[in-house]
Amino acid sequence: MYRYDEFDHQLVAERVAQFRGQVERRVAGEITEDAFKPLRLMNGVYLQLHAYMLRVAIPYGTLSSTQMHMLAHIARKYDRGYGHFTTRQNIQYNWPALDKIPDLLEELASVEMHAIQTSGNCIRNVTSDQYAAAIEGEVEDPRIISEIIRQWSTFHPEFTYLPRKFKIAVTGHENDRAAIKLHDIGLVVKKNAAGEVGYEVHVGGGQGRTPFIAKKMADFVPKQSLLAYLEAVMRVYNMLGRRDNSYKARIKILVHETGETEMRRMVEEEFAKIDGSKMLAVPQEEIDRISAYFAAPAFETLAATSADFEAAKAADADFARWVRANVVAHKQAGYGIVNISLKPIGGVPGDATDAQMDAVAELAKVYSFDEIRVTHEQNLVLPHVQLDDMKAVYDVLHANDLATANLGLISDAIACPGLDYCNLANARSIPLAQEISERFADLDRQYDIGELKIKISGCINACGHHHVGHIGILGVDKKGTEFYQISLGGSADENASIGQITGRAFTEETIVDAIETLVTTYKDARQDGERFIDTYNRIGMEPFKERLYAE
Amino acid sequence: MAQHSAKGARFQAVTANRLSDGEVVYLAEDNRWVEDFAAAEIVDGAEAATALLARAMPADFELAVLEPYLFEVLEDGTGYKPASVRETIRAAGPTVRLDLGKQAEAGA
Repeated sequence: MYRYDEFDHQLVAERVAQFRGQVERRVAGEITEDAFKPLRLMNGVYLQLHAYMLRVAIPYGTLSSTQMHMLAHIARKYDRGYGHFTTRQNIQYNWPALDKIPDLLEELASVEMHAIQTSGNCIRNVTSDQYAAAIEGEVEDPRIISEIIRQWSTFHPEFTYLPRKFKIAVTGHENDRAAIKLHDIGLVVKKNAAGEVGYEVHVGGGQGRTPFIAKKMADFVPKQSLLAYLEAVMRVYNMLGRRDNSYKARIKILVHETGETEMRRMVEEEFAKIDGSKMLAVPQEEIDRISAYFAAPAFETLAATSADFEAAKAADADFARWVRANVVAHKQAGYGIVNISLKPIGGVPGDATDAQMDAVAELAKVYSFDEIRVTHEQNLVLPHVQLDDMKAVYDVLHANDLATANLGLISDAIACPGLDYCNLANARSIPLAQEISERFADLDRQYDIGELKIKISGCINACGHHHVGHIGILGVDKKGTEFYQISLGGSADENASIGQITGRAFTEETIVDAIETLVTTYKDARQDGERFIDTYNRIGMEPFKERLYAE
Repeated sequence: MAQHSAKGARFQAVTANRLSDGEVVYLAEDNRWVEDFAAAEIVDGAEAATALLARAMPADFELAVLEPYLFEVLEDGTGYKPASVRETIRAAGPTVRLDLGKQAEAGA
């Protein structure tokens, strides 16, 4: 894992000290809320319905056990004993008191963590593939370039006051688990004909009020030139992105209004200048230094199968089921990638208690080379677990209510905090996720339904990614009452697509029945091996709509 | 400022969040800020509402609370309650964590 250098330490320590002074001045009445608000937002502090909320950055979703223990400690000491893992691979605390946040941030800084780039109109925390360095077929660990981007983008003076926030995601694998085409910039690590590593660059994706799939801006940007290319995109956006209307301020609108061809021309013109100057050419020794932090752990040479593992599965059907659902093949023989579901039946998607965080941290320390990942689907991952240890890991997870065997299934929904917590929300999201998972609680029924991604947002800002759910649910407010709109056919993977709205919205009382109707329609229509999304893509919207609105 | 009262709302109250910890508070008689919705001052009619909000806005409150606003309240025969789901949740706490927020303190 990446370790801070002296500059990182200094940067974060200075930022905490500055914020401490800002909070003190605010509480003493020396600065107004108008002056203070942008400062607190730059430090990840939002005001929500019931309290302040602090969003802590987890760059590219990677954590050490020490860091996870600290997150548990923060939950205990400064919050109400839990945290919420988000669709940005970050964690949010729902109840910190403003005057205690500087102390909290100081404790976080002691484990190389902070809340920088979690808010404001800057380049936000970079996100990536939760299976990085563990999955077969990866071109290169996407966290190497993610870390280079982090260093380039943190406090970048030119990009601190962008027209709007800016999100970059990276995948190093052709199977996209980072939803890169739904980001302002999405990068795919790839090799050219000469075998050199570089990046395919997608620009202008995003969700929210006006969803767009990103346009491919460049087929292959060499590694040394990537920062120059990113800087060129940012510079064009910073100059031409709209500042008159926050709904039209994201780069997706600029790309859409300018047109892909003209956008590419402007970016390439700017790129030629920056790249030609060599100002941003990343030195090979720096690439090597950062790459070394992401060197493969010391895997043991093991057989591809384990007799103990097979025996444990034969002896314990629940364990076997969990393995089938939540453990993914590892590139290293004798290892597996463990997905820890934060979607227990009836639970709050993405929430974890301090005790659960501590348990996961201990498991990582003992069984997974000290590494934990957070996924944008609000689950956790132990990336490198030996098959021989799988049962021991499962037993601890099970004892901590962390062994729900539902990865990618209907009860593994994404849900934003919604109107239970969020100041922007129009409707609640979490109760829907809970009711759907309870309705489909029977795991055998879930396995029969197969992969089905439900994504729920409590407002059009789409933090719950409803546009790209196989089934998306959007909460709307009609005169103070909640209604729910359904969309179908969205996808966040390498075949990204935006879902289509079925028709009129449902009430809280009828929405779960409506979801069941959709599932039944799919099951009646599916052909061998088809997932929900495959059936939808084959038969289209009409058969679903007919059943949904039949009286 | 966000609009939390429908036009023509009859009963209204003023709410805000406390500066120090973000706690939901309501404007009560004597210009005190209270945590309990039941203690909030409820006014009848648009004119009284404007006056209530004006009382919530003086500069010295900047240090106590953030962004005061009016919201609609309904009278159901037994008493007053917030009209919207949003204000109902603010007055009680998250519906998915009944052990947290004001609802938890009330039950304790």
